[in-house]
Amino acid sequence: MIKILKYSFYDLMRSRWSYVYFLFYLLLGFVLLFLNNELSKAVITLMNVIIVLVPLIGTIFGVMYYYNSKEFTELLLAQPIKRSSIFLGQYFGVAGSLTMSLVLGLGIPFALYGLFESNAIWDFSLLLITGAFLTLIFTAVAFNIALSNENRIKGFGYAVLAWLFLAVIYDGLFLMSLIVFEEYPLDSFSLVATMFNPIDLSRTLILLKLDISALLGYTGAIFKQFFGTNLGLVISICTLLLWTIIPVWRLGYVAKRKDF
Amino acid sequence: MIHVESLHKKFGKNEVLSGLELDIHQGGIFAILGPNGSGKTTLIKTILGMVIPNKGTISVMDSLVKNKWKYRQDINYLPQIANFPGNLKVRELIEMIKDIRQKPSEEQKLISLFGLEPFLDKKLSNLSGGTKQKVNIVLTFMFDSPLIILDEPTNGLDPLALIRLKELIAEEKARGKTFLITSHIMQFVEEVSDEVVYLLEGEIYFKGSIAELKIKTGQTNFEHAIAAISTHNKHD
Repeated sequence: MIKILKYSFYDLMRSRWSYVYFLFYLLLGFVLLFLNNELSKAVITLMNVIIVLVPLIGTIFGVMYYYNSKEFTELLLAQPIKRSSIFLGQYFGVAGSLTMSLVLGLGIPFALYGLFESNAIWDFSLLLITGAFLTLIFTAVAFNIALSNENRIKGFGYAVLAWLFLAVIYDGLFLMSLIVFEEYPLDSFSLVATMFNPIDLSRTLILLKLDISALLGYTGAIFKQFFGTNLGLVISICTLLLWTIIPVWRLGYVAKRKDF
Repeated sequence: MIHVESLHKKFGKNEVLSGLELDIHQGGIFAILGPNGSGKTTLIKTILGMVIPNKGTISVMDSLVKNKWKYRQDINYLPQIANFPGNLKVRELIEMIKDIRQKPSEEQKLISLFGLEPFLDKKLSNLSGGTKQKVNIVLTFMFDSPLIILDEPTNGLDPLALIRLKELIAEEKARGKTFLITSHIMQFVEEVSDEVVYLLEGEIYFKGSIAELKIKTGQTNFEHAIAAISTHNKHD
């Protein structure tokens, strides 16, 4: 698996898009710090960008890479390599290079600005950790969709739909259900609903870490009670882990049974 | 060498292999023939483990291939359509496959045999179909493995390269290698193969030497003999 990972990683490192992605974050980091002049405020703005953009890029890169490397995959399948190693290697190659672009692209400007002396370092680390998780999750989802759809256009469409659903439509449905059922106690419902969407979960996690939950009113207090504790943090991280592990496991499972 | 027992494979509703039985002994060149869509490539891909059969067992060198991958170390496979990652250079592709196989290889000899030196630093997406096929052949023959599977090896080759390929096959055969070859060029099959396996509607319709096939069909010409068994079946 390591060999495939290495080749996929190098392949992506030579591609122009990895640099574009890296430079975008680099620029974003510098511009935000220049405009905000304060680390913690920059972190909040950054969160809003990351929470939507990272899943989108993970989805698109994942689908594109899978379809573009089809020939490479077929070549490898006839070689003495385990099937799951081929697909997992490619997956970690893509997810790894995207995560690296994110961490380096944002890390460099913040480190230059004096991140290590500031107390925003924990917020910032959490931001990068959730960013990495979101990359892993959405790349895995994209790989799954691509593996199940021979037709590229369909695969691409489904992947973008999946992103749209989790990033936008899910929140809409969530809000509507809160309005429709406003007469009922909805605390545990909203907690659970937040857990089921990795994007919402990441957003909540970061917002509460930033200590601006007072802005959220009563719900914020409930959320703070849950996510603000160590137990809440552990459960959230575990949920993100599950969100990563399940698609990756399915990737290996489906790949083992597919005909090429 | 290869033992296939009641092999079934369906793609959706389309039954490609229906209870295929096949025994391939070590040494010699076996040509797998059959009309388009008769399941030749599917058979080869099930042997390689790229297509997973619905039913039946396949063993290569006395070990079952299901969910295994190490046995592929002993197989050199030439795929039908030379699809390579386009952004790699020829040299990088060869190095990569060598790195994956971790076996001694003799690519230098093959590269000069097919005159590929000027293309080594070109990207694969810029190569012509015939040149890609030559690269494909180099990748297939550079390792020393007991079983060699060639799917349409003559595709796009110029006459000189075809002669070189035949020499190469003869040379490897003399070293005791087993070959499985599919081709639609009957002249090529007649020249190189020892035995013919004729697939029809997912089963083995005929297996034997070319001489036996000619006697069975009452034809003196190999190409006509093959045509005769295809049409003969349609009247059944």
